[in-house]
This record gives sequence, structure tokens and C-alpha cells, in this order.
Amino acid sequence: MYRYDEFDHDYVRARVSEFRDQTRRRIDGALTEDEYKPLRLMNGLYLQLHAYMLRVAIPYGTLNSRQMRTLAMIAERWDEGYGHFTTRQNIQYNWTKLTDVGDILDALADVEMHAIQTSGNTIRNVTADHFAGAAADEIEDPRPTAELIRQWSTAHPEFAFLPRKFKIAVTGSPNDRAVTKAHDIGLRMVLSDAGAPGYEVIVGGGLGRTPMIGKVIRDFLPKADLLPYLEAILRVYNLHGRRDNKYKARIKILVHETGIDDMRAQVEAEFERQMREEGGPLVAPDPEHVARIAAYFTPPAFAALPDRSEGLESAMAHDAALKTWVENNTSEHRAPGHAIVTVAIKGTGEAPGDATTAQMRVLADMGEKYSHDELRISHEQNVILPHVRKDDLPAVFSALRKAGLATANAGLITDIIACPGLDYCALATARSIPVAQDLSRRFAAPDRAKAIGNFTIKISGCINACGHHHVGHVGILGLEKSGIENYQITLGGDHTETMAVGERAGPGISAEEVGPAIERLVDAYLDRREGENERFIDTYRRVGADPFKEALYAA
Amino acid sequence: MARTFKPQIVSANDLAIGDVVYMNSGGGWTRKLAEAAIAHTPEEGETLMGRAAPQQAKVVGPYLADVALDDDGRPFPTHFREKFRTRGPSTRPDLGKQSANPERREPLAASGGI
Repeated sequence: MYRYDEFDHDYVRARVSEFRDQTRRRIDGALTEDEYKPLRLMNGLYLQLHAYMLRVAIPYGTLNSRQMRTLAMIAERWDEGYGHFTTRQNIQYNWTKLTDVGDILDALADVEMHAIQTSGNTIRNVTADHFAGAAADEIEDPRPTAELIRQWSTAHPEFAFLPRKFKIAVTGSPNDRAVTKAHDIGLRMVLSDAGAPGYEVIVGGGLGRTPMIGKVIRDFLPKADLLPYLEAILRVYNLHGRRDNKYKARIKILVHETGIDDMRAQVEAEFERQMREEGGPLVAPDPEHVARIAAYFTPPAFAALPDRSEGLESAMAHDAALKTWVENNTSEHRAPGHAIVTVAIKGTGEAPGDATTAQMRVLADMGEKYSHDELRISHEQNVILPHVRKDDLPAVFSALRKAGLATANAGLITDIIACPGLDYCALATARSIPVAQDLSRRFAAPDRAKAIGNFTIKISGCINACGHHHVGHVGILGLEKSGIENYQITLGGDHTETMAVGERAGPGISAEEVGPAIERLVDAYLDRREGENERFIDTYRRVGADPFKEALYAA
Repeated sequence: MARTFKPQIVSANDLAIGDVVYMNSGGGWTRKLAEAAIAHTPEEGETLMGRAAPQQAKVVGPYLADVALDDDGRPFPTHFREKFRTRGPSTRPDLGKQSANPERREPLAASGGI
């Protein structure tokens, strides 16, 4: 993992001190809310429905056990005993007091964490594949790239006041687990014809009010050119992105209105101009610095093991629950005899992404004892133990089960993404958590969930789409209609490398109708699929939307 | 056609802890909607907002919200968003105003300790 250098430490401490002073002046009355609000947002502090919310960055979703324990301590000492893991690999505390925020930020700084640029019209926390450095299908670990971008983008003076927020995601695998095509910039590591690693650069993706699938602006970008090229994209956006209308200010609108070819020409011209600068581009990193960052992500010393664990096989033969969990919640690791564990932070009837203090501590213990002291937060609001020996899976399962963290639903219909919605969020137009909880209970039976197979439900409580509803196989969008919560259903979305934006099924339905409607839709899918391995999305693409619309509105 | 005026109250969030507060008849702030001052006319609403405006050292974002009145003349929210604000998260009855001990998050006060 990356470790702060002296500059990082000094910078974060200075920012905490500065924000502590700004907050003191707000409470003393020296600063008005209009003056203070942009300052608190730049430090991740929102005012929500019932309290302040602090959004803490977990860079590219990676953290160690000490950091997880600090997140737990903050929840226990200064919040209400839980935190909410988000679709941007962050954690949010929903009950922050203004008077505590300085102490919380200092506690975060103690473990090399902060909340800087988790809000505001800046480059936000860089996200990455949550299986980074562990996945068997990976070309290269994307985290050194993400860390390089984090360093370049943090407090970048030219990009502190962009037209709108800006999100970058990186994947090192052809199987896109980082939703790169729904980001302002998505980077997919690819190999050149000569076998050199570089990036496919995707620009102008995004969800929200106007969902757009990102477009390829550069097929292959050599790794060394990354920062000058990103700088070129940001400069074109900063210059031409609209500032007259916040709903049209994201780069996706600029790309759409400009056209990808014209956009590419402008970016390439700015890139070439930088490359011609005397001494090379200003932002081109020193190769020694790049190598130093990469060294922090050297893989752990994995034990040489046979891929098959006789101990695990024996345990599974006697424990059906363990077998189901291993089948659903582990993924192929690059090192033989190891597995990637997905810990579901969404037990039956629970709020997706909410973890208690006790659960966070168990996760920290699991990471320390069984996963080379590494944990990840996934955009699917789960926690990942990236490097677990297969021999240890029975012990991990047992410990997780005691903590209520062993729900075997990764990738299944109850592995639901949901934003906080109107239970917390000041922007929300309807609740999303209760809808997720209802669906979680309806499909809780493990055999039924397994029979349904891979099925993604994503729920947002407003058009801003923090719950990624556009790219769920089934998307649920909570709106207000005549003073009542109302839910629009979209079908056929896909968040992977074959990304698709879901199609609206028809008129919105009430909260009470959502659960029964989704049950009818699932039954319609099971009736029509060709074999157990045909996922809902495959059936949908084969037969079209009509039978599913009919099922949704059959009542 | 002119909109029929509905009774209104002024709501905001406490500066220090963010809790939902309402302006009372003395021009101060209460955490209970039942104690809120009620504007029965647009002019009374403007008067309440006029009292709220200079108080940004205590509260954030004051605004007028529609309410209805029960038989005893006490206000209750008409929009579901405002209903949630009077209670707390619908999924966590142990938190917010609806909890058994809503005062544990401290009353309105600009405390030090930052």
C-alpha cells in the first residue's frame, strides 16, 4: 500500500488545521454560511436532512486494518456506531457534529486518510477495480496509476474550480469492475501490439440526469504520457465546459455537444503542445517517482500453494453453508491456492453498505490475520479481503458468520446497491434503503437467489443516480409524484465492459408496488430463460423488454 | 388564481450539530415542531423569515415550510420530506428525533471545543 511521505503528512495536517480554524470562525460568527459552505464542501462536509455528513476518501478503495479500525473508532466515538460505504468506495458518517469535525480529521490524518476533495467541483477520489492486485484476469495492478492520479489531482491549482465535479476510474482488467464507462474519465489498461502496457482512455461517461456511456478518445496511451494527457482533457473541459447551467456542466455534455472527434482533436492539440514544451511536459512525472509509487504496490509474498485446498474441500463437503458462501463470495486469485473474498455488507433486510463499529473491527481483524493486512471497498458497497488462502476460508467464514457478515449473495439479486436516499440525503426525492430492504427480504431464500443467478438491482433516491440505477439489470429510481414517493423502473442496464443504460419500463409505481412487481418480473425471467446459465440480462437482450414490462405492470 | 395560503413554519438546521430546528414564537429555536411559531398569512411568514435571517450564527438555511394544523391548532407536516425531518431515518427508529433519547445530541448551543 502507498505510504504518505513527509509532504503528504504535512499537507494533510495543514489542511486539517486550516479547516479547524475555518470551522471555529463559522461557529464564532466570523464566517457566514455562504462563505463557509464551499470550504466545508472542499473538506467533505455536507449538511444533510438530520445532521452533517462527513464523506471520507478511501483512495481507490484500498485500506489496511489499522485504517479500518480508525474508521470504526470514529463511528463509535463521534458518530452513531456505524458508517456507510458508498458506491464511490468512500465511507460516510451520517451524524457528524461541527464541533467534532476537526478531531475526526486529525484522527484520520493519524492513519493517512482525509476527506479532501470528496465534494466540490474538483477531481474527486479516484476509484479502481476492487480486485486490483489480486484478480487472475488482470493485466496490471491499476492502483499505482490511481495513486499517481491522486497525487496529481490533489490540490491541483488549475482544477480547483472546474465547471462541475470530475470522477476518474481505473481498471487493470478487461473485465470492467470499476464502471469505467460511467465516469468522466475511464482508464482501461491494455497492451500495445508490442506488449507494452498502456491505457484505453474513455471520456464523457456519467449517470445522473443525463446518462451517457463514455466514448473512447484514445485507443492506446503509453503509460508515461498519462498525466499530460489527463491534463489536456481537463484543460479542454475547464475552458469549454458550461458554467451557465449546472445540469449541463459535466464533461459528458461537452463531449456530446462537441462530438468525440472534435473533442479528441482539441485534446490531442493541447497534449502535443505540452509535449513540445522545453524540457517536456510540466506534469510528466519523474520515472523514479513513478517507480517509487509502484514499489508500494508490490504484491505480498504469497505462499507457494497447490491451487486446490484439500482442507477447504473437506470442510465444504460437511458444511453446505460454507460451500454456498465459497461458491458465491469468492473469486479467482492470481496466486494458486488463494481466493478473493467478497464480504457482503448487506445481510437480509439490512441497509446496503452500512457497517457497524463491531463489524468494521471484525473486518480489520480478518484483513490483518488472513489477507496480508489489506481490505478493499467495492463500488457495490461490499468489503473485499483480496488475498485469502483457500485453506483459511473456513475460519474466515466462521468469523464473518458470527459478525453477521457471511451472507452468500455476491452478484446475486440481493447484492443490491442503494444510495442513502431520503432517509438521510438532502437532495433525495424518495427513499431507497427501505426499497432495498424489502427486496432483500423477498429474495432472501438462498436456493431461490442462487436459482435466479447473477442479477443486479440498483436503487437511487433521486435523479443524481448515486445508486447507479441506470446500469442495473433492474434500476429503481425514487421520485416524488403529487406529494407521494414514486418509483420508476428501468430494465436492461449493464455496468460492465458491455455497458448499457437501462430502458424505462413505463409509468412509476408506488413504494408498496415495487416488491411485488420485481417478483413478477423475476418469475417472468425464470419462465423464459434458456437454461440455468442464461442471466437475466442475457434473456432480456434475447427476448426484449415487452414480457418484462408486461410482468411489471400485471397487477 | 391566487394560491390559497397554507399555514407555514420556519425550519432550519442547527449550526453546531445539524439537527432540524423550528423557529418559536419568541424568535428563538426549538427542536419540536409542536412548539413552532405558525404563520397564517404571507406577511406573517415574511416576518418570521425576517427574524431568522440575522441568526446564521445559530442556524443554517432557514426556509418556510407548509404545515397543516390539528384540532388543537398544533402544526404537523404535509410533505413526506418534512415528516422525515420531524422524526429521523425511517429505517433507524433508534436515531434522530424519533429515538428514545433525542436530546443526547445536545440542545441548540454554540459550544467550543473545536
